[in-house]
Amino acid sequence: MSAVGITAPLARRRPPARVRRKRMLIAVANHSVLIAAGIAFLAPFVFIALTALMTNEQALSSRIWPHPFAWHNFVDVFTKAPLWRWTLNTLLYSVLATLGVVLSSVPVAYALARLRWRGRDAAFIVVLVALMLPPQVTVVPLYVMWAKFHPFGFNFIGTLWPVIIPNWFGDAFSIFLLRQFFLTIPEEYMDAARVDGCGEIRILTTVVVRLAKPAIAAVALFSFLYTFNDFFLPLLYTGESSSHWVLSIGLSEFRSLHQVQWNLTMAATLLVMAPVIVLFFLAQRAFVEGVTLTGVKG
Amino acid sequence: MSPWLVGFSVFFGYPLVFSAYLSLTHYDLLSSPRWVGFANYRYLFTIDPQTWTAVRNTLWLIGVLVPLQVLSAFGLALMLARARQGVGIFRTIFYLPALAPPVAATLGFVFILNPATGPVNTILSHLGISGPLWFQDPSWSKPSLVLLGIWGVGNTMIIFLAAVLDVPRTLYESAQLDGAGPLQRLRYVTLPSISPVILFAVVLGVIQGLQYFTQAYVAAGVAAGQASQAADVTAVSLGYPLDSTLFYPVLLYQHGFVDFQMGYASAMAMFLLVVSFAVTLVIVVNSRRWVHSGAR
Repeated sequence: MSAVGITAPLARRRPPARVRRKRMLIAVANHSVLIAAGIAFLAPFVFIALTALMTNEQALSSRIWPHPFAWHNFVDVFTKAPLWRWTLNTLLYSVLATLGVVLSSVPVAYALARLRWRGRDAAFIVVLVALMLPPQVTVVPLYVMWAKFHPFGFNFIGTLWPVIIPNWFGDAFSIFLLRQFFLTIPEEYMDAARVDGCGEIRILTTVVVRLAKPAIAAVALFSFLYTFNDFFLPLLYTGESSSHWVLSIGLSEFRSLHQVQWNLTMAATLLVMAPVIVLFFLAQRAFVEGVTLTGVKG
Repeated sequence: MSPWLVGFSVFFGYPLVFSAYLSLTHYDLLSSPRWVGFANYRYLFTIDPQTWTAVRNTLWLIGVLVPLQVLSAFGLALMLARARQGVGIFRTIFYLPALAPPVAATLGFVFILNPATGPVNTILSHLGISGPLWFQDPSWSKPSLVLLGIWGVGNTMIIFLAAVLDVPRTLYESAQLDGAGPLQRLRYVTLPSISPVILFAVVLGVIQGLQYFTQAYVAAGVAAGQASQAADVTAVSLGYPLDSTLFYPVLLYQHGFVDFQMGYASAMAMFLLVVSFAVTLVIVVNSRRWVHSGAR
């Protein structure tokens, strides 16, 4: 706080005109670069949206502005491809996986952060290792495992279950993030609850969960986004059975499936982007806080 | 803890061990694994010409994309930190592409950069420049993927922005009193203060580079389909054009899940495992020299 005392008088004095002009120029230059970068970052969205509104002939021409606006493209996509089916599959995967990640990672993270037990440090190192490992490393044996596992004649290959089920046994990234957050909760809260006769499970479900709401929200959000966008694992297990495709697989096969034109492909692309972007505007603060959390704690 | 231990052993511990075993066998999922010793590794390193293509492509991608992503994230964050107006709007604009699902973003880029009628080449031709063939040209396909990667730099940018805003003002003021100019303040105040975040971004970027799959798979598939008009091109499209987008994970996918050579794919996975660990270890150990940790 001592800095305020030093800088306040400096700030109050009006700087000379030369300095002010220089600062103004720097600000203008800074903003011009920002605006140019902003246009570059927005342009792909604009081009995708414009193409999504074109007729097929126009999408194949080099015109950039749609004429006339073909709004019915957004209806036609649903008749060309089973978008609803893919959406339902995506939601099945995303919702069940996110639920599993949160429910399984919170207790593990709590045990790693706040309980004392033998092998805790070793377990934490294992989490870190799992965090850095590319999923491709374990994907072959896991595939073999699911291919050879037929309880009651049920075949897991071709369904989304091999992608969903592992999430119910903890996820390294979520465990890591939650553990780092739990460490910042003052031990006094837990001690107070213990004095009042709470067991560890009750402490976890009442005290910790309430205090860690932002971190849990971030974990749920990331897990939802990750699974919504996931491509590699669903491709492995459901690539051959189109009735179990999620949106990302369906979209990637969209063009080769029906020889569909670019305008409809872009309409579908926009529709797949839309839920995430809407979610972002609804939960903007959770997003930014969550992303920051990963960086600062990492 | 115990359900987690069960899950951990089934979905992580056991696969690692099993993968090591499979890598020493010939296995096609139909007949039982046949022991072949180190034959898979010998073929992988000395005979298979695609291995080194894939390794080279992956190294190229990491070497170009990671520094560019860190630089652009840092640059955008610096400008945002200095902006006086519209910070919220710009932050949203730069962040939005990072939200776009990778498949959707890739499809969008393949269309925007399509050589004949794509908007980018149309605009370039109005300016009198004949644009490249982008995803259709073996020497432009990786740069096109790099553009896509920079477009999605939003997450890293948000982290950099938080770190830049976190640098105590007093540090800048005392540096200024000592006569440091803007560049010196950037070099001696900002950079050391945010070095942990740079490390984080580099490690994350390298790890993601080693796993780079979705964008390459989709871009190659769509661009190949565009060129040939054939209905099903997945079999020939991996790495299109001319293996220029054949990254290591793509090759692993091809051997394991197109050709079902599970033993050979496991050997590739073991190599990836060793490389991931070595790379992470090297970066983290080296970082002690340049990451300033006193602040935390």
